[in-house]
Amino acid sequence: MKKSLSLALVSALLLGSAQAQDKVTLTVAAFPSLDSAIKAILPAWNKLHPNVTIKLQAQEYADHHNAMTTALATGQGLPDVMAVEIGYIGKFAEGQGLEDLNKAPYSATQYKKLFTPFTIAQATSSDGRYVAMPTDIGPGTFFYRKDVLDKAGVNPLTMQTSWENYIAAGKKIKAKTGASLISAASSVYNVVVRTNLKAGEGLYFDKSNNLLVGPDNARFVRAFTLTKEVRDAGLDAKIGEWSNEWYDAFKKGTVATQFSGAWLQGALQNWMAPDTKGLWRVQNLPEKGFASWGGSFYAIPSKAVNKQWAWEFIKFMTLEQSSQITAFRDNGAFPALLTAQKDKAFSEPVDFLGGQQARVLWRDAAAKTQPIDVNKYDSVADQILQTELTNVLEQGKDIKQALTDARAQIARRAR
Amino acid sequence: MSDRANLTSSSPPRSAWSYARFQQRLAPYVFTSPFFILFLIFGLFPLGFSLFLAFHLWNPLDGLGNWKFVGWENFALALGPSDQFWVALKHTIWIGLLSGIPQHLVALPLAFVIHQFLRRWQSAVSTVLFLPYITNAVAITIVFGMLYSEHLGLLNYLLHLVGLGPVRWLALPQLVPYSVAAVVFWRYVGWNVILYLSGLQAISEDVYEAATVDGASPWQKFWYITLPLLRPMMFYAFTLTIVGNMQLFEEPFIMTGQGGGSGGAALTSAMHIFNTAFRDLDMGYASAMSWLLFLAIFVLSMVNNYLFSRDGGRDV
Repeated sequence: MKKSLSLALVSALLLGSAQAQDKVTLTVAAFPSLDSAIKAILPAWNKLHPNVTIKLQAQEYADHHNAMTTALATGQGLPDVMAVEIGYIGKFAEGQGLEDLNKAPYSATQYKKLFTPFTIAQATSSDGRYVAMPTDIGPGTFFYRKDVLDKAGVNPLTMQTSWENYIAAGKKIKAKTGASLISAASSVYNVVVRTNLKAGEGLYFDKSNNLLVGPDNARFVRAFTLTKEVRDAGLDAKIGEWSNEWYDAFKKGTVATQFSGAWLQGALQNWMAPDTKGLWRVQNLPEKGFASWGGSFYAIPSKAVNKQWAWEFIKFMTLEQSSQITAFRDNGAFPALLTAQKDKAFSEPVDFLGGQQARVLWRDAAAKTQPIDVNKYDSVADQILQTELTNVLEQGKDIKQALTDARAQIARRAR
Repeated sequence: MSDRANLTSSSPPRSAWSYARFQQRLAPYVFTSPFFILFLIFGLFPLGFSLFLAFHLWNPLDGLGNWKFVGWENFALALGPSDQFWVALKHTIWIGLLSGIPQHLVALPLAFVIHQFLRRWQSAVSTVLFLPYITNAVAITIVFGMLYSEHLGLLNYLLHLVGLGPVRWLALPQLVPYSVAAVVFWRYVGWNVILYLSGLQAISEDVYEAATVDGASPWQKFWYITLPLLRPMMFYAFTLTIVGNMQLFEEPFIMTGQGGGSGGAALTSAMHIFNTAFRDLDMGYASAMSWLLFLAIFVLSMVNNYLFSRDGGRDV
């Protein structure tokens, strides 16, 4: 009697623990608007894995990455799945806190060819570890106001051929319509610096960590010179991005062009300037410049608890075509998955862009974007260069001198 | 050994744990321990850890333990010529002076006026003046961002009404420090008024009555009675302003963004340290700069102390 009771007890306990093992809670940490995409995909996941509950921890962009940095530093409070934005992927890749997905049991090498190529390079560390799977990308594109250009009698295609023609058209636009060519002159700098890089070159450092910035680097000299030309000709509205003035300029059409990621279309349509529907068009960046403008990744911290399910979840988010399309429909997150880009949604005309087949254009742009090597001192270099650019624009500092100073300052910090 | 063990066991039986003994000897420690435990964890440990990091090269993403000893390299880097540390320190001091000096020049007479002439409304006036101090910094900077807005802002609209062109309050590098300092001034002037008011209330009425009998004018009362007797409070208020302004972070960070706005003109030391630590992930360099900033604050406080004690002893 006693024996059978204890046996029953033990078996009940065992059964209970077995059931408990089936119930898994997976923590996923993300930032807006990726969290919205995850929420949209969750129903499909829950249908497939009813026992795996997803606990979504969403924080603002900077808060999320600061929290993840701290968590990785201490190894405490790490989620099972960590979303990483492009601005941080280089730094996170160089750190030692994320799982190398090249290795078993992930063996992600087999999946790499399924994604837009440049994203793989972004998620690979300099010593060859592959730390994250890409989920969305931001093909760089050239937005313009068709109505403003028409009024000025400017053919948008001429603006695309060279930066000199772009500026010349800007002068015409200013004279004929009074509209500014661009919101901030520094946007020109940002595009010129990021496009037409040689193979093995990063933005500021090359593959072997040599600093590229300096008065003898044609790319930087040209970027500074063109930017100064725009400012000197009074073609920019001197408006900072993500400011009320920026949105206002979009609404009123006082700025004729804008370089951005393809995602800007969604933002314009949804909240920035919904009334300008049909007035916008897109084309590729000037001088066949193809650039990556944003993107998100999923990674697994080495100290995560449920690595197995984390990997299943990441595969579901990134390799499932239906998930990628759901995210795309939810908030315009451009799929990193190549097969998803072939979905019929991509050939649909975009009403906001006057029925243009913009997504096909962006797909081609993404395919032509070359991988850029990332360096952990990119953010240091970026800030120093932006400051020197302001010195050139606002205080008339000599361009060669500014680049010499920038070079010296970056070299000191890049240890 | 065994002898000793025998000795203790054979000593008169004493209860190892008695309530009375606990009350007398241990209870005070137990009841004060929360502070010390919290201080150890959140006060002393971070302090020690940052001092440790100041001599190391550490990327937090490499995890604890993966640091490299570099000696004084981080300090040498920060103190090197043309390093951004100096630029940021210069901005900090400049914004600090622009906001700090007017704060006291306004707060002191204002407190005097309220104390002397607005007795009945004193609490109402102090409440109004104190509001900016307790208002959320984010809300404040957003509102000021809208006031300063170049094309849509109220300030430029008013300028436009009198026929003046738009001023780029938060975009022109030369102007940014003033725009930020104005917000800092607005935010803390009330706090200083409250400090001075409480100082004024501590001054005995008898002194003023005696002065009135002697025929002193309000100006004379302010200059010869109020000011000298307020000296300790002024010292306190100045010290707080120095420490606060040297650590200025929220207002410029939210108004001008992480990089300190156009040309980094509002990049303060605290912002630069934050950027270095959490954006560039160079914890050692950031820690070294924190200690240098601490030194700078210490030196300035000492200068303040010296200036006050030098001719302070004579008057008070």
